[in-house]
Amino acid sequence: MAIDFEPMTGRYFTLNSGGSEYRIYMEEAGIGIPLLCLHTAGSDARQFRHILADPDITSRFRVIAFDLPWHGKSNPPKGFRDSDYKLTVTGYKQIISDVCFALDLHSPVVMGCSMGGRIVCHLALENPEYFRAMIALEGADKLEPYYNLDWLHRPDVHGGEIQAAFVSSQIAPMSPDEYRWETLWHYMQGGPGVFKGDLHFYWLDGDFDERSPQINTKACPVYLMSGEYDCSCTPERTLETASRIKGSKVTIMQGMGHFPMSENPALFKTYLMPILSEIANIPA
Amino acid sequence: MIDKMLSRVNADARLVHRGRWVNLTFVLGIGNDDYLISIVAGKITAIRRRHLATDTGEFSIRASTKSWAKHWQAVPPRDYHDIFAMLPKQIAKIDGRLEPLMQNLQYFKDVIAKMRTEEGDTNGH
Repeated sequence: MAIDFEPMTGRYFTLNSGGSEYRIYMEEAGIGIPLLCLHTAGSDARQFRHILADPDITSRFRVIAFDLPWHGKSNPPKGFRDSDYKLTVTGYKQIISDVCFALDLHSPVVMGCSMGGRIVCHLALENPEYFRAMIALEGADKLEPYYNLDWLHRPDVHGGEIQAAFVSSQIAPMSPDEYRWETLWHYMQGGPGVFKGDLHFYWLDGDFDERSPQINTKACPVYLMSGEYDCSCTPERTLETASRIKGSKVTIMQGMGHFPMSENPALFKTYLMPILSEIANIPA
Repeated sequence: MIDKMLSRVNADARLVHRGRWVNLTFVLGIGNDDYLISIVAGKITAIRRRHLATDTGEFSIRASTKSWAKHWQAVPPRDYHDIFAMLPKQIAKIDGRLEPLMQNLQYFKDVIAKMRTEEGDTNGH
């Protein structure tokens, strides 16, 4: 019986970034406009498997999804045991820029979710000429922490279990059970302290609401998309962000939570395709 | 009404198994009423209405009667669909010794959500 392989291919490469060397895992599929996908805090690029396998998207876009260092199948740097992982605005921007350079991407679209949705706005602010467009999924320029991050990394609480239990609150009740639990499984597999280290950026280091009005959306269009049931990057926070980023386009996805591409891929596609079509018509 | 939590939880063998390390009493506050929910090895052994000030539990989870009614709807509205969506909106409040709650968070969320019915529960308790 012939195997029905999925269309994406996975490869490893070495990335030099910020003075460290990382073994990075990436998957890609398709040809055309580069569409770089950034996963959420504490998870990995498996969240984008439905995008990578969708011929309606890969016929026009070269979809690339990579695991950040410390996540998924990408390694932490040598000597990682000697420090606690903590993602910063500066370090996160550097890694994405270095990946774009290493892969020689020209005029890419970047679609990030959650912390990925926050960093794309930083990138749009600083280098609007380079990027074709930004899609911020569940991304806001100002957020408020609502639990103590120390719960995520301590010996008397199972890190994988607590991470999944926390983020399950951010999935819409009507999302298919199969995909809800696949999304949570990724959280159950994160390395010790990695989700906590990501949330340092997401909650404590990533606010940029004072600089949002400076984003030039004529040079780099910004699309904000958030789920109705997202209790972290709420629709209200997304709408507030959109009001500060002049010219941005905002979509509130009804019946969706914080993980559109993995918790309800079919519903997400109905929201995403018109935006991708619009982006495909933007001159490089 | 709250009594049905006992029978529903104990009839769910998988949920009881996930809570097999849980041995404690916690307080579920519904409006002005507190209920002491006692658990042994994942099974609820008793649900008692609190009468004495000295009756307490390891931790408490409280919300208004109307808020729990929304939480227990078959398809809850946003902000009411999960205890950890209710907390940041200050719809629910947790207090006490949180370690056992955090060690078994999905279990406790599922225990409380057992009050959810296909028809929804508009009475709260």
